[in-house]
Amino acid sequence: MQLKLTDVTKKFGDFTANNRVNLTVEPHQIHCLLGENGAGKSTLMNVLYGLYEPTSGTIEIDGAPVSFSGPGDAMAAGIGMVHQHFMLIPVFTVAENVALGHENTRGMSLDLETTRARIREISERYGFAVDPDAVVEDLPVGVQQRVEIIKALVRDAKVLILDEPTAVLTPRETDELLEIMRQLRDNGTSIVFISHKLREVRAVSDVITVIRRGEVVGQVGPETSTDELAALMVGRDVSLTVAKDTAHTTGTALEVRGLTVVGDNGVVLLDDVEFDVAPGEILAVAGVQGNGQTELTQALVGLEEQVSGSARLDGQELVGLRTREILASGVGFVPEDRSTDGLVGTFTVAENLVLDRYREREFAAGPSLRLGAISGHAGSEVNEYDIRTGSVDSPVATLSGGNQQKVVIARELGRPLKLFVASQPTRGVDVGSIEFIHKRIVAERDKGTAVLIVSTELDEIYALADRIAVFFHGRLMGIVGPDTPREALGRMMAGEPTDSVLPPAPWDHSHDDGGSPAGAPAGGSTAAPATAPAHAGGAAAVTLDGDGLDPGAHPADRTTDRPEGNRTA
Amino acid sequence: MSASTAPATSDQVSAPPPTELSAEDPRRTLLGSTLQSVLAVVVALILGGLLIAVTDERVRQAAGYFFARPGDTLSAMWRAASSAYIAMFYGAVYNPNGSTLADRLYPLTETLTVATPLILAGLGVALAFRAGLFNIGAQGQILIGATLAAWVGFAWQLPVGLHLLAVVVAGAAGGAVWGGIVGLIKARTGAHEVILTIMLNYVALNLVAWLLTLPGFQREGSSNPISPPVADTAMFPKLLGDHFRLHWGFVVAVLATVAVAWLLNRSTVGFELRAVGANPRAARTAGISVTRGFVVVMLLAGLLAGLAGTAQIAGTEHSLTSGVAASFGFDAITVALLGRSRPWGTFFAGILYGAFRAGGVTMQSMTGTNIDIVLVVQSLIVLFVALPPLFKFATRRSQEAAA
Amino acid sequence: MSTAITSQSSGPSSGSPEHPPEAALATSAANRAVGVRTLRPAIGLGVLALVSLIVFALNASGQRVDFRFSNDGGAIRLPDVSVPSAPYGWVVTIVLAALAVYAAVQARKLPRWAVIVAGFFFVTGFLVWIVGTAQTPSISITALLAGSVALATPLVFGSLGGLLCERSGVVNIAIEAQLLFGAFSAAVAGTVAGNPWVGLLAAMLGAVLVAAVLALFAIRYRVNQVIVGVVLNVLVSGLTGFLFATVLEPNAASFNAPDRLPHVRIPVLAEIPVVGPVLFDQSVIGYIMYLAVIVVWFALYRTRWGLRTRAVGEHPKAADTLGVSVNALRVRNVLLGGAVAGLGGAFYTLVSVSAFTRDMTAGAGYIALAALIFGRWNPVGALLASLLFGFASNLESILSFLGTPVPSQFLAMLPYVVTILAVAGLVGRSRGPAASGEPYTKE
Repeated sequence: MQLKLTDVTKKFGDFTANNRVNLTVEPHQIHCLLGENGAGKSTLMNVLYGLYEPTSGTIEIDGAPVSFSGPGDAMAAGIGMVHQHFMLIPVFTVAENVALGHENTRGMSLDLETTRARIREISERYGFAVDPDAVVEDLPVGVQQRVEIIKALVRDAKVLILDEPTAVLTPRETDELLEIMRQLRDNGTSIVFISHKLREVRAVSDVITVIRRGEVVGQVGPETSTDELAALMVGRDVSLTVAKDTAHTTGTALEVRGLTVVGDNGVVLLDDVEFDVAPGEILAVAGVQGNGQTELTQALVGLEEQVSGSARLDGQELVGLRTREILASGVGFVPEDRSTDGLVGTFTVAENLVLDRYREREFAAGPSLRLGAISGHAGSEVNEYDIRTGSVDSPVATLSGGNQQKVVIARELGRPLKLFVASQPTRGVDVGSIEFIHKRIVAERDKGTAVLIVSTELDEIYALADRIAVFFHGRLMGIVGPDTPREALGRMMAGEPTDSVLPPAPWDHSHDDGGSPAGAPAGGSTAAPATAPAHAGGAAAVTLDGDGLDPGAHPADRTTDRPEGNRTA
Repeated sequence: MSASTAPATSDQVSAPPPTELSAEDPRRTLLGSTLQSVLAVVVALILGGLLIAVTDERVRQAAGYFFARPGDTLSAMWRAASSAYIAMFYGAVYNPNGSTLADRLYPLTETLTVATPLILAGLGVALAFRAGLFNIGAQGQILIGATLAAWVGFAWQLPVGLHLLAVVVAGAAGGAVWGGIVGLIKARTGAHEVILTIMLNYVALNLVAWLLTLPGFQREGSSNPISPPVADTAMFPKLLGDHFRLHWGFVVAVLATVAVAWLLNRSTVGFELRAVGANPRAARTAGISVTRGFVVVMLLAGLLAGLAGTAQIAGTEHSLTSGVAASFGFDAITVALLGRSRPWGTFFAGILYGAFRAGGVTMQSMTGTNIDIVLVVQSLIVLFVALPPLFKFATRRSQEAAA
Repeated sequence: MSTAITSQSSGPSSGSPEHPPEAALATSAANRAVGVRTLRPAIGLGVLALVSLIVFALNASGQRVDFRFSNDGGAIRLPDVSVPSAPYGWVVTIVLAALAVYAAVQARKLPRWAVIVAGFFFVTGFLVWIVGTAQTPSISITALLAGSVALATPLVFGSLGGLLCERSGVVNIAIEAQLLFGAFSAAVAGTVAGNPWVGLLAAMLGAVLVAAVLALFAIRYRVNQVIVGVVLNVLVSGLTGFLFATVLEPNAASFNAPDRLPHVRIPVLAEIPVVGPVLFDQSVIGYIMYLAVIVVWFALYRTRWGLRTRAVGEHPKAADTLGVSVNALRVRNVLLGGAVAGLGGAFYTLVSVSAFTRDMTAGAGYIALAALIFGRWNPVGALLASLLFGFASNLESILSFLGTPVPSQFLAMLPYVVTILAVAGLVGRSRGPAASGEPYTKE
């Protein structure tokens, strides 16, 4: 089935998400849609899937124009979609999820037996090993994704759209998925693969369409180099340098021993972690999203329920203290998601700037707030941090992402600290603000504060780190120096212990699995000098484009066409 | 209704706060929302008038020959509705038939008297709304507050002044405990406050009914479930002399409004409560205890409703019955909604609904229109305040006015 | 409360140098998991055992309690059962304590049989104790159960109506309004048409009208569902009260005197002791009730509509991406729920009393809501919870005849207290549909 989009435009109010996009997906093809986060890939696919109506333009299937009023129409036309956030009902079984919307009936009653048989059949053909009667919420993420693929296949999808399918997968699961995609293609399904990860895109695609700011900027083949792809995708060579002196570290500020976090369902999310952070040192934590980093930061500030082990700050035990006590003892905390955890959207900028400080003597007289002092404080912070806002009395939700993040950073750095913990400090932040925030963090380090940064952007890790800690499945795989090569970090992020990664040389590229989803931008052809990254005392060059490409996108492993390392049969 | 047992600190507390009736529209200006409220009142009154008109006996007679003389029907309808509303106005604001100025203004003081418990309980509901909680339980909190106030009022003997103070404290404490239970259970188990408060209303009602069968509580020599009258020292003094029923409870309501306004906008506790209501996860990350917030706000909400119960006992009723709360607890929800959960908005909404009630009594006696029409008008107002089409109209008008 | 954590399996130590990387990967493919031990059931049972010890055993009256099983005038006669109250209190205490010990050793969720055994002994223990305190310690089980079913009928319809709304993601606090308006419509239409069947139809239509307002505001305009429900209750109470006083009362003969629906006694089956009078000697609405529970259960769990309804209540966006029209389905279900609740309203004016009075449902809608939650959003659960609540209120009136020192108000409180314990997680766990209460919009 051939799918053709002509001049498709989608506007949300004044904002143009897609502008005159032309795209043709041929049968037996893996067609990649490559672009930064926010480039308009997902919007385009939602148009294609009937979730959005295009503002203008046409969609044709095998030469005949179609128009979808809803996903039902798109599915009937043979288009299936695996959403970035799975569209599965957690309390339903696999069979119920697969049947939903496409139910077989026997008279009045539902016929799940037919669905079960179809699931078993597809499961066998592609080696999915999915039990039709398992309840979805009990399944691992990788298996849930297969259920999503089964959903599309059961509906006889001729075109399968996969929206950022590897974001939540481990490197091994990613490799398995890529293999499944090839199999599907060979069996006649066309695949639209949406991604911003160059390595995966080059490994699996037949055609690559690059999209930037809602427009198609080029169509290339998989043989195109990562540098070229990155340049197309980012459209500019952005290179930022954070000047950073050698860390002057003496002694230990934060001492973490046997720290363990257990989730509600009994899964150990952070497993017996042990490390130290010295005053005036930045320890950067690297890892694929969801490998215990979030839990580590939350446990340090008292936001996890079931914590054991110890975390001492200047000798004071933090585990067991309340969040308020921990913050008051000199810990600054920037949560991963500013809009849900860092800010109260309907509160004013001024109120948000004192969200965890309103009880301090400066801002409150007994039970009464000093509104004047709060407002005055906001005025000076807005100036110092260059927060662009109409007024300190505007609701913080009206600010741009970068300015919102500056509010959080200003609040947390605006008081004397012993430890600064920041999770994804520059996620979704514009380039100018990233530089500003990085400088502030380094300045805080230079004041003698111990700093713990969690980032899934390897370039951010290299820009800031004095030492790098790598997490995998809740365990600390090891702590390495700031000049550790990307591929070594990638392998640690995929679960290889430090010892097996670091000593041997030369690097065996066939074992590079890239630690993929931790994508960090490698930018244009002036790409980050990952072979000599950020040594203390030097300057770290960081290329930034707002969101990650892939650590594997480094020039050094351009020759790596396909990861062989640890695929299971 | 989600009533999960997950710990209250889990993500289920991140539900959007019910401070507004519907999804907040950024275009909603203060002028627009005021205009919307006024329009809602007007449209509700018109519909109420229509209901009065079509059920009127004379209108139905005139309708019998509608096609012969349609004018008769229409004028009968107008007469039925307008006379009812005029009677309501006489009963709520100004009675031109009074012989003295005091007589003529008597209705206004009645309105304020009836408004007193509505404002107090409405503030309790509004405060909980601002912290993201539905307090459907004002009814039970009023009842328990009234029970304790009445008991201290009739069973204790204390000097003048001190006795009234003790009654007020007891009433406030009773309501606070009944509200606090909800906060505590929600904080500890994550149970949904809507279910808890509804159930506790009925528990309170049965508890009071049972107490009123006990020898210590039931009036001696009476077979009815009614307590002895409270001592004179336990009553709120009249505010404007014995000619009027208006009592110092109204001053308590004004002070409570001032206090809630200060608490919400200018105090650290209010800052915490608003943060918990607007984004519990961010509040928790900033070191504010969400669960403690639930307990505190339900204590305070119950306290305010308890004061409403006190106003009933020490101000107007003077003895405890199981009907002492009337329907004030449910009316308080509509009062808080009409007042958009803001302290002074709630205050004026309370006075408006007080006027409906006070006027409704006069209306029923003067024109025979059943007082239940007041419930219809009140609930229609709240529905229309939330109705987007009406809101669009109001916004357009206010934009035109601004242009 | 009392949740201990024990390690069940420990993951591999993070790969030693001897292991090749592949092996390390293969074994560390997932996070380590630990089991969650809970003592909650044990504590719950322990509390019940303690109550049983203090109340049923130590405070028993010492009288023998007679349970009569025969129908009055029935053809088949069963012997009465006479139970000594104090020894039975001890039996109940020992059984509950044994179950508590079992639960403490197992330290996980109770198996179903244990819940049923504990429930049976606690309820019968309570019954024996409380009848034992009466002046006449003799009770007809048939009358007790038949009365319970009658009192439970509007609750069952109300909670089924609420269930249809909530399973598709719309909170329905307006069950009370639907019952009341159903009762009102049934009385008026039944009288005007001179036919109770027309009244029955009108009850459904009246409640559907209330549901339509709920759907309009909650789904179309996305107004907060709890608020709409509360306001609708006030509106309908005021409206029916006003119309009752203005129109119905002055013209009772022409507006408020409906004929009753027929009472059907199924021959032979109705003669079976206990079961016969309870199941086979009922008003038409009683039979419709059993049918409704079966139909709703089947439809919810065994049909395409049910699968979609449950999906929309759990994860509307997922259902939408599969071509299920979320809001249309919700509107349909809210209206359908209204029709079911309306049948419960008809019970008041076409079966129970043949006239409408002001606020005659007296909060039954809220008890129906409680039954829905206590029954865990399941039709059979809602039926059983409604029957339990009907049982409690019937017991209340029977005991006041028998003359028991236990205040009737405490029995009246029972449904509410049980519901509070249920939502607080002390009586099992009740988890509602995940998306209930949240309006659905496409971006």
